[in-house]
Amino acid sequence: MSALTVHDLHKRFGAVEVLKGINLEMNSGEFTVLVGPSGCGKSTLLNIIAGLERQSSGSIQIGGRVVDDVPPKDRDIAMVFQSYALYPSMTVRQNITFGMECRNVPRAKRDEAVGRVAKLLQIDALLERKPSQLSGGQRQRVAMGRALVRDPLLFLFDEPLSNLDAQLRVEMRLEIKQLHQRLGSTIVYVTHDQIEAMTLANRIAVMRQGVVQQFADPETVYNRPANLFVARFMGAPPMNTLAARLEASSGGAVAVIGQGEAAIRLPVPAGSEGWVGREVVLGIRPECIAEPTRHFGDAPDAALIIAARVDMIEPTGAETIVVLRFGDDRALGRVSPDLRYRLGETAQFAVDTRKIILFDSASGDRIA
Amino acid sequence: MPEKTFTPSRVLIYLVVSLIAAAYLVPLLVVVLNSLRTAEEIAQTSMIGWPRQWAWGNYAVAWGDFCIAQTCAGIRPYMLNSALVAIPATIISTLLGSVAGYAVSLWRFPGDRWIYGVVTLGIFLPQQMRLLPWTIVLRDLSLTNTLTGLVMIHTIQGLSFTTLFCRNYYIAIPPELMRAARIDGAGFYRIFWRIVLPLSPPILIVTVIWQFTHIWNEFLYGVTFTTGQQQPITAALIALSASVADIPQHGVQSAAVMMAALPTLLVYLFGGRYFVRGLTAGAVK
Repeated sequence: MSALTVHDLHKRFGAVEVLKGINLEMNSGEFTVLVGPSGCGKSTLLNIIAGLERQSSGSIQIGGRVVDDVPPKDRDIAMVFQSYALYPSMTVRQNITFGMECRNVPRAKRDEAVGRVAKLLQIDALLERKPSQLSGGQRQRVAMGRALVRDPLLFLFDEPLSNLDAQLRVEMRLEIKQLHQRLGSTIVYVTHDQIEAMTLANRIAVMRQGVVQQFADPETVYNRPANLFVARFMGAPPMNTLAARLEASSGGAVAVIGQGEAAIRLPVPAGSEGWVGREVVLGIRPECIAEPTRHFGDAPDAALIIAARVDMIEPTGAETIVVLRFGDDRALGRVSPDLRYRLGETAQFAVDTRKIILFDSASGDRIA
Repeated sequence: MPEKTFTPSRVLIYLVVSLIAAAYLVPLLVVVLNSLRTAEEIAQTSMIGWPRQWAWGNYAVAWGDFCIAQTCAGIRPYMLNSALVAIPATIISTLLGSVAGYAVSLWRFPGDRWIYGVVTLGIFLPQQMRLLPWTIVLRDLSLTNTLTGLVMIHTIQGLSFTTLFCRNYYIAIPPELMRAARIDGAGFYRIFWRIVLPLSPPILIVTVIWQFTHIWNEFLYGVTFTTGQQQPITAALIALSASVADIPQHGVQSAAVMMAALPTLLVYLFGGRYFVRGLTAGAVK
């Protein structure tokens, strides 16, 4: 069943068009993440889904019902905000039950619902406290409790973790994921953090300047990005995008990076033969460039050994990032931390050729 | 590092501060001292001087016996008049200003800025300019020379300030709080009552002090729109000083002034610290 359908949604603030024809369809039980840089329109989209703002044109259905003229409280949604938005003068219990109070739910039923949610989120002991007496993580839980207690068709999360410190953020991320797996709820989650998007989502909608660039599962978004923007936005460090020239070879086509002797020649995916003789952008993830002994996945012949000059070395502890000279461009590689390279030396590296993708250098769209 | 207590600059600062304080306090001291001297003593010596004997009786006379405009009941009825004007007008204008400030700060509606601008414009209009319009309004409502009329005027005039105070306080309430409440299903008045009002005590104390002091001390409307027994204390004090006796009753008059000033003084003493705090505080930490 479709839990949420967004159809040709536009939003203008004066002369500025913030959303330019958004189309999304989310299934029941699905965890969808809207991700993009700030100003891409993701929060506006979420507010329109919630009914807190009105679209300029287009339509929204929640659970098969058109809700364009339905006020937020009747849309069968619950929302978790970045600042938690807990009511400062109410206790945790009152915060959680305020929605039921507004609906005139009998007290016995309210207490039962609070008990259930408090247990689920382990906030039983905090129920009589005020938000100002809670830590950031506890406030976050209460904010989620307030949403969970409604048992809505659709949960909306607006950057819920960005006010937490790094360690707590990882913990809460895990909890949100567990909660989703346990309850099977339908969630739309807005974030600018691509790691949150990758770890949480069933499907990711990558947005930029009011347009959905790609709407697919995390693996596809990561490995088969629709265009250069998605390729560079998802993943840290970002995907290497290198200017290359396609040349004909015995096996079909080959991408050449750089000129003359030092040129690096990499095999390209099938379907790019039509681009032979033209300039393209070759994309390869840093983890697909590693030390020569590395095996990529279970394909023994995936690795191609190339030689490249080491321009910079950044040890991170778990691995070492090397900056390599590829033609006129630089490419990042991720090698084992045990290896020691010297700056300026030319060393051998293994490249996972299965993961190479090509983009049209003019439009930025993926070719193959 | 231990600080030297008496550096020249420090002495200068204390000197200047003491002079300024004296400039403010000497008139008060004169009134206090005169309120404790008999009329004869003041007439024989001068307006400034230490009481030869403490004339506490001035206060009793001023409160209950002194003749003001042919009525010899002291300032008591006029104090009551002022209370009957200042208390309701303060409460009503503060509550209305709170709702109005909430509406223009946390809800967007067509013309909200315009309405806020017009309401606060009232702060900048001189009082005298409004005398004639109010005269007509009071006449048409048959409220001339009534306390109800004064309550109405002070309530409406006070809205400019109370709305401004509350709006500037509420503007710091995060919009996400409003969104959360709307999703929870709360409407305009429920959000006000359950979320905004509980955050408001600091600013409500400020507006109450401001309004009460302002209305209690107000003179022009009191003297213009009421006469005789309906006058508030500020207007009655003038009538009191104009009452003719064989010798000027400066002692009793000073006692009356002291008592007339007491309510606002008490409000300031009890609420003053909230006043300063409230003016600088935000709604949500």
